[in-house]
Amino acid sequence: MLIPLAFLTGTELLWSAVAFGLVFGFLLHRGGVTDFDVIVRLFQFRDFTVLKVMMTAIGVGGVGIAVLHGQDLAQYHIKATNLLAVGLGAAIFGVGMVLYGYCPGTGIAAVATGRLDALAGLAGMIVGGIAYALTFDWVAANILPVGAYGKLRLPELLGLPEWVCYVGLVVMAAGIFALVGKAEAKKQA
Amino acid sequence: MKNPRWNPYLVGALIGLLSILTFSLANKPLGMSTGLAQASGACALPILGADKVAANTYWAKTAIPTWDYSTLFLVGTVLGAFLSAMLCGVFKFSADSAVWTESFGPSKTKRLIAAFLGGVIILYGARLADGCTSGHGISGCLQLAVSGWLFFIVMFASGILTAKLLYGRSRQA
Repeated sequence: MLIPLAFLTGTELLWSAVAFGLVFGFLLHRGGVTDFDVIVRLFQFRDFTVLKVMMTAIGVGGVGIAVLHGQDLAQYHIKATNLLAVGLGAAIFGVGMVLYGYCPGTGIAAVATGRLDALAGLAGMIVGGIAYALTFDWVAANILPVGAYGKLRLPELLGLPEWVCYVGLVVMAAGIFALVGKAEAKKQA
Repeated sequence: MKNPRWNPYLVGALIGLLSILTFSLANKPLGMSTGLAQASGACALPILGADKVAANTYWAKTAIPTWDYSTLFLVGTVLGAFLSAMLCGVFKFSADSAVWTESFGPSKTKRLIAAFLGGVIILYGARLADGCTSGHGISGCLQLAVSGWLFFIVMFASGILTAKLLYGRSRQA
């Protein structure tokens, strides 16, 4: 499919990567999510900053990209639903995130703010990446094919029209924000 | 020291807008761990040797080591966070965090070793799942990908459990 707006190619595309990354890193830091305590306290229900940032990004980005996609101005990039690999990977990821205190993106951003633990974890991530590459053949043979449903989206899974799912997404985000607001008000009282 | 924090809803909305731009202008979703996997391939070169890296089926897929969109996005992220920290004067070398110290004391060595191990675990998990908080959590969820929501929910549940086990003692504080 031709994307009319996607005029960035070659060297321009590479420079745009630096520019987009720069904005992303800047926003991660300003959002406060490059902080160990902010991230770990999410999992203790003591700080909801990460959830607020993520759900707003998902809501705004989701609706925007759906509109563009409807006009053939953007393409979806759906990752395969490999049930075992995604489920197991996410479970391992959660352990790592709480021990590291960052996720890969916020960890890298935290390194740039002087966090030495984030730097130690970056070295760890490099080792983790090497470990995955070295075990990839086994994983590809034994884990990836289990429950492989391909590029599945919620509208197909639930058998609902696109717009219903997006309305659901926005309502869910609003519901989460209301709950979080209530929890924060209770804590302050 | 000025408070560098912006309203999290504003920041989230801006990240949403950023992803609209990357999707439409560059035809790329936001993502982080692909670039890291490529960086790990580059770092493996001196350890494993070029032949072994080239022969690896996983790295062969991502054609390392190259400066491509994923790795340059990562470089940009470092620059952006650095710029933000410098502009508001909060750049500081440190490894302290309140939650960690409450449970494990002030030892920096302990913290750095744990962070290293956490890093190994998190990226292995990210590669196995084929994405991280940005690739699955933001980009996947916003496209209503089943894989994204599965990742988000399982990661959250696992994180809650791990936080309870690791930092449970400090919970009352």
